[in-house]
Amino acid sequence: MVPVNYYLIVAAILFALGVLGVLIRRNALIIFMSIELMLNAVNLTFVALARHLHSIDGQIFVFFIMTVAAAEVAVGLAIIISVFRLKGTIHVDEINLLRG
Amino acid sequence: MDLSLPVIHIQSIYPQMILVLFAIIVVILPLFVHNLKRELLALISVVGLVLAYFSLINLWGQNLTGFNGMIVGDNFSIAFSIIFLVGAFLAVLLSLNTVENEYLNYSDFYSMLLFALVGLLMMVSSTNLLVIFIGLEILSISLYVLAGIRKMRVDSIEASLKYFLLGAFATGFLLYGIALLYGASGSIDLVEIGKYIQANGFSGTFILAGAAMLLIGLSFKAAFVPFHMWTPDVYQGAPTPVTAFMSAGVKGAALAVLLRFVWTIAPLSKADWTIAIWIIAFLTMTVGNVVAIAQSNVKRMLAYSSIAHAGYLLVGVLAGSQLGQASIMYYLLVYTMMNLGAFGVISYLGNSNKQENLNLRDYRGLGFKHPFAGLAMAIFMFSLAGVPPTGGFVGKFYLFNSAIQAGYLWLVIFGVMNSVISAYYYLRVVVNLYMHEPEKEVAVPKASLGLSFALLIAMVAVLQMGIMSSSYFEFFRQAVIAMP
Repeated sequence: MVPVNYYLIVAAILFALGVLGVLIRRNALIIFMSIELMLNAVNLTFVALARHLHSIDGQIFVFFIMTVAAAEVAVGLAIIISVFRLKGTIHVDEINLLRG
Repeated sequence: MDLSLPVIHIQSIYPQMILVLFAIIVVILPLFVHNLKRELLALISVVGLVLAYFSLINLWGQNLTGFNGMIVGDNFSIAFSIIFLVGAFLAVLLSLNTVENEYLNYSDFYSMLLFALVGLLMMVSSTNLLVIFIGLEILSISLYVLAGIRKMRVDSIEASLKYFLLGAFATGFLLYGIALLYGASGSIDLVEIGKYIQANGFSGTFILAGAAMLLIGLSFKAAFVPFHMWTPDVYQGAPTPVTAFMSAGVKGAALAVLLRFVWTIAPLSKADWTIAIWIIAFLTMTVGNVVAIAQSNVKRMLAYSSIAHAGYLLVGVLAGSQLGQASIMYYLLVYTMMNLGAFGVISYLGNSNKQENLNLRDYRGLGFKHPFAGLAMAIFMFSLAGVPPTGGFVGKFYLFNSAIQAGYLWLVIFGVMNSVISAYYYLRVVVNLYMHEPEKEVAVPKASLGLSFALLIAMVAVLQMGIMSSSYFEFFRQAVIAMP
């Protein structure tokens, strides 16, 4: 059986990749996908830990994260579409009306 | 097999249920009844708020726990919920101003506002991180929509996108923190996690990294420095009533969660976790106030001011005492009143749809032309700066007092210095209102009755909380969390 640590390390790497993606990519959609990667890393952590601890809480948490992520996708894509309609781009460096 | 049914106590979520019901009514009603006036929708929302208020009052003192411990209806959560209800009530009145209705879909607006309020109530009325997370997401998703509700305006939708991307990013951190705390303690309940930390010490990779990530996630939501970058942009771009509601509500909910967490580990040696909060509190106060000086847009200035106020509130968290908790609740109520009032005056004097009258220069001489709005703005600014006899002064006094009793003398000294710095930019608004001749003719749209009413309530409340502070403070003293 694969030890729980391996899962946790993979999840940590995925999470770090997600954070990196948010920080260096400039396309709103890609940033959004990176955030989803972070959430999935969390899901993996929860599932691995739930099995390790023999506790059901972690697995239940994963379902809620997936549900909430779906709701977030709906709102987030709507926002991105609105931005594209108004500005013709979703490049975050060009979305810079508010500053100071 | 021993089968015990969990105790539900469904009355513990009556307030949330009432608010959800009214949120649905508000969004569905326009489908059946055409040409609904938005005053009617606002009235329905207010009815929902009042009913929720009474159901909350009904729960006061009962210390109910519902749904097998998932929902905690203690006085702490009720007091915070009442503050949020007051904030939402004022936000509904603010939204009635006649000029802001362009592009604004009112039924969506009120229903999203009520849903956001449900999220706030869920967040404060649980110690279970799952419920807190769901509350936070109900709140956040509603606020993403609210920030961009004027969807034909570039600044509004830009604010919405920025808030969404950074909010979702913060959610990732918060969740990872929860996952790590769960891994260490085997529980997703804050009280259980606190017990584990008390037994095993505040150490270990999982606990430390988990607590740090939880703190980062909450800091993003409450706009603590250095996680505040989104705040000015979002506050400036969002419709004024939404900004007002966000500035008080989200901060309060994040602080309530932080308080619950800190309180469970408060008896521990202070050195471990307090340093982090000390630094964040200091930075938040200082950066907020110093950058606010440089702002010429009033809405943006108030955004930085709200960052600074988050710092003041953190001082109370650091105190880690019941006095600190009561002080935070007191200050949060005053802050809700004065901040929503200040944003109310902004939407009274300016047409924020066309981004007019938002500059400090536009306010020149308006104090005499519009005596009511001028007086209101002066009172709110004095209160935000912490000048007696307003509620802002008493609130800061309580907060700093609780920190001194906990031995944080230096932080309080920095806090008072910050308060002095902040007086400069708050009073500059008053100076512009009364002591300058107007540069140009500024067209001020006619204010609605609801907005004037909201300003009156906020004004009276700010003064009353300053003069008769002890009765409010006694109320909040009953609302602190019991010793663990």
